[in-house]
Amino acid sequence: MEEKKEVPPAGGGEERPVIIELKDVCKSFEDTRVVRHMNLQVREGEFLTLLGPSGCGKTTTLRMIAGFEQPTSGQLLIEGQDMKGKAPYERNVNTVFQNYALFPHMTVFDNIAFGLVEKKVSKKEIRARVEEMLRLVQLQGFGDRMPSQLSGGQKQRVAIARALVNNPKVLLLDEPLGALDLKLRKQMQTELKHLQKSLGITFIYVTHDQEEALTMSDRIAVMNEGVLEQADIPSRIYEHPVSKFVAEFIGETNIIEAYLDAVDGDCLHATMECGHATIYAPGFVLEEMVYLSVRPENLKCSLTPVPGFAVRGIVREHIYVGNLIKTIIELPTGQMLRMLSLPFTPLAQLGQLVYVYWDKDKAVLMHTKEEKLYNLIESGMLGKEEAL
Amino acid sequence: MKKHQRRTLSPEAVIYACLIYLFLYLPIFVVVAFSFNTSKMNIVFEGFTFEWYWKMFENRSLMDALKNTLIVAAASTGLSVVIGTIAAVGMYKFHFRMKNVVNNALYIPVVIPEIVLGISLLAFFSLVGVQMGMGTLIISHVTFSLPFVVITLRSRLAGYDKSMEEAAMDLGANQWRTFRRVTLPILAPGIMSGAMLALTMSLDDVIVSFFTTGPNSTTLPIKIFGMVRKGVSPDVNALSTLMILATVLILITSNIIERRMEKRNG
Repeated sequence: MEEKKEVPPAGGGEERPVIIELKDVCKSFEDTRVVRHMNLQVREGEFLTLLGPSGCGKTTTLRMIAGFEQPTSGQLLIEGQDMKGKAPYERNVNTVFQNYALFPHMTVFDNIAFGLVEKKVSKKEIRARVEEMLRLVQLQGFGDRMPSQLSGGQKQRVAIARALVNNPKVLLLDEPLGALDLKLRKQMQTELKHLQKSLGITFIYVTHDQEEALTMSDRIAVMNEGVLEQADIPSRIYEHPVSKFVAEFIGETNIIEAYLDAVDGDCLHATMECGHATIYAPGFVLEEMVYLSVRPENLKCSLTPVPGFAVRGIVREHIYVGNLIKTIIELPTGQMLRMLSLPFTPLAQLGQLVYVYWDKDKAVLMHTKEEKLYNLIESGMLGKEEAL
Repeated sequence: MKKHQRRTLSPEAVIYACLIYLFLYLPIFVVVAFSFNTSKMNIVFEGFTFEWYWKMFENRSLMDALKNTLIVAAASTGLSVVIGTIAAVGMYKFHFRMKNVVNNALYIPVVIPEIVLGISLLAFFSLVGVQMGMGTLIISHVTFSLPFVVITLRSRLAGYDKSMEEAAMDLGANQWRTFRRVTLPILAPGIMSGAMLALTMSLDDVIVSFFTTGPNSTTLPIKIFGMVRKGVSPDVNALSTLMILATVLILITSNIIERRMEKRNG
């Protein structure tokens, strides 16, 4: 959480120049700390998503980049230039607002032309550029309409065109698809992604929808309670979350507390309240408290004991979810584990005792300061050899 | 939009409605009718004439009063609209201590009896030592019309989306340009109805004006009020008829303009 990680941009290949940089940025509203010590670099042409639950500080971060809010402390650089005291109209970034914020008293054409009029571009050029934008967002012939005559999706396109016509270096999008229905949202996701790719503009995209983030982004910055928890490419965020919050927020997972108490070949032996497991844990040391995160699709169960594991549970429920079957297994501690398996695999019967295991490298370990389990072990209630 | 279901009214309802409108418009009709009466007395209708209209235009003091009224109305409306718009926008945008108190204090001049307001203004102006005249008249009219402007604008601002201003700034407009190109046009219908209220209130005010007017700044309502004591002369009827006509015209145009703006703003 605290350490700053340098992550290569998407594709890994060439190093694009940094276009936006946040250095130890903090933002407080009166007594509430909304953004805490945020460090982040965004590279040119990158699609970066700020992801987190509502109130995590993602929108505030975006608003600081746009210039609607000033950081309480820290530095914000756009193209290497300190943005301290710079008003929104002095920055080469444009925003697409969640509620579109189209000007109701202007036609679609005038809405899109707004920024160009402010820049005193000639009438002829304005006409050409607005028409080009209307083509780009597939709204040819809509120039004379008023915003009130448009559907939600059309308004969204106008908002995007109005921002893009100014040729911004960075486009900031604040939950732009939040108000659209699911089908339209999926369609706009693809369109936005194509638009970003073809124009090569940097997108900073705010959303609380983890699926949207995973499918669209080159890189995801996961935020929680004002803290940037992890910034990485989608697959690494999903497969190697660095904190319990990230693991639980992105996709579904099973979190188990464990204590690393012995070496077992190239693996470590973990004691849990519900039993024991051998796990592959590079970068972790003995006598450390950790969280184990096992995705439901990586969890397995067997009717006979599995070497290296001593976790037993009772099958409580099978839920049919179409292409997969979700099984709920109750541990003796009362914790419910979720397991996903393909249909047509032999299923254990309800109430059946099963042995839970996973591939040694499929459990992700995360540091924790949780002391509950450690105290249990210290007090002698949980021994190394004690099973269930 | 849903179409209202049309239902045929019962005869009782029709009679009831007619009575209400009769009650509202009969007195006005009487004034209009008598303005064309050849008789000087407002009792019997003797014949049709335009004479009183010519008489009215020749009546210097009446025309002066009309001029004063229009000047005061225009000036006080203009001032209340400018001050009121700034106040309403400011109160919408900024949060400060005692905001509630400031908000509610706006309603007091609205509910306070006009006669009290008139006496207070008179006392205040004499205390400060200002000569009564057009100046004091304009100030006093701003005093009672300003709250109405702020209140109508505030209801307009309640549905106003701040992010539109942010969008304008984001697109390169500074504060002034944002106000000119976004805030003002969106608020225009509200400003318009506020101005109409202020204008009509100023045009027909008697009580407050009575206390704050000077010898050379008599307004039309005060003038008429004074003439009535000697009996209403038919040229006052003629003038009243013209004023009714003007009011109806203003009302219709402002309605048309407002509807057009509303339509544009969606």
